[in-house]
Amino acid sequence: MTSDTHAGSLAQGSQEKGASENGSTAQGARRTGYIIYLLIGLVFGIVLVKSQAVSWFRIQEMFRFQSFHMYGIIGSAVAVAALSLFLIKKMKLTSASGEPLIIEPKEFEGGKSQMFGGIIFGAGWALLGACPGPIFALIGTGTLVLLVALLSAVTGAWMYGLMRPFLPQ
Amino acid sequence: MIELLSSPWPWYVSGPLIGLFVPTLLLLTGKRFGVSASLRHICAAAVPGEIEYFNYDWKGKGLWNLTMALGIFIGGIIAAQVLSGSESVAISNATVEDLTALGLTTFEGLVPVQLISWESLLSPAGFIVIVLGGFLIGFGARYAGGCTSGHAITGIANLELGSLVAVIGFFIGGLIITFFLYPFLL
Repeated sequence: MTSDTHAGSLAQGSQEKGASENGSTAQGARRTGYIIYLLIGLVFGIVLVKSQAVSWFRIQEMFRFQSFHMYGIIGSAVAVAALSLFLIKKMKLTSASGEPLIIEPKEFEGGKSQMFGGIIFGAGWALLGACPGPIFALIGTGTLVLLVALLSAVTGAWMYGLMRPFLPQ
Repeated sequence: MIELLSSPWPWYVSGPLIGLFVPTLLLLTGKRFGVSASLRHICAAAVPGEIEYFNYDWKGKGLWNLTMALGIFIGGIIAAQVLSGSESVAISNATVEDLTALGLTTFEGLVPVQLISWESLLSPAGFIVIVLGGFLIGFGARYAGGCTSGHAITGIANLELGSLVAVIGFFIGGLIITFFLYPFLL
């Protein structure tokens, strides 16, 4: 039904269940849980800005194939992520609750939604020069007009939700 | 140290760092790295209406993602305030020439003020770039089931065919806009 499958939702669910059973200490643990996401986002935001991946100029340079910069960033990011996932699988690492740590692939179903959605997203990326992560980061750097872009992006997501039953999937 | 961090980070430093977010998030929290689901969670939290796509437990499924998005915003503040993150970008001469030929005159900062600023918002070009661009990003990312982080990085690293299709789509859309719309827009 949903196209977002989170490998960890099971593990997270049991964690939260445990939290409510254990009362106040577990509630504290749940709060620290969210601090992890805040910190991960914070470091990601800094890297996005300092790599200049948030820059409209860099995205234009990429779509014009005139610099290796963005290809180097995305390419090396994929290589490091793929190698890490391979090692995690190879070492058979599991979560605290014993679930294997793997990323559940998203639904494929022929690839129509990925292709059509991808083209629409790519058009927006070339226009705004920022994808969702960089939108949040740019607002932080003080480019406040991106708040309008964020509102538009939320509106776009909402329109997708509305039109979803009528779109080829 | 701050001085070193304040110069732009080369791709071979920033790229591997970005890649490490995938295993870090998986190991610490079991989650799949990706940002654009946050747009869906905002809809689900604010205006779900009767739409099936937005009627789910957004706190349980999405609060972590929204918290991460808040973190990205704070990271942007730190980068700009402490690490000179909003300095101009040294793009290639070829790109400067192409964009100048199209009519772009401002190359300062992270984004061109000629297109992306409060002043430009009501001009046709600025409106298309900011409002239409933002709309297409939100619509397209949800339709495709992910954005640059979820598909181009996490999905491809996870060897998912759907993510490869999505990234091919990103480039088809991006190239059409770059070579067929920008000549008329600027």
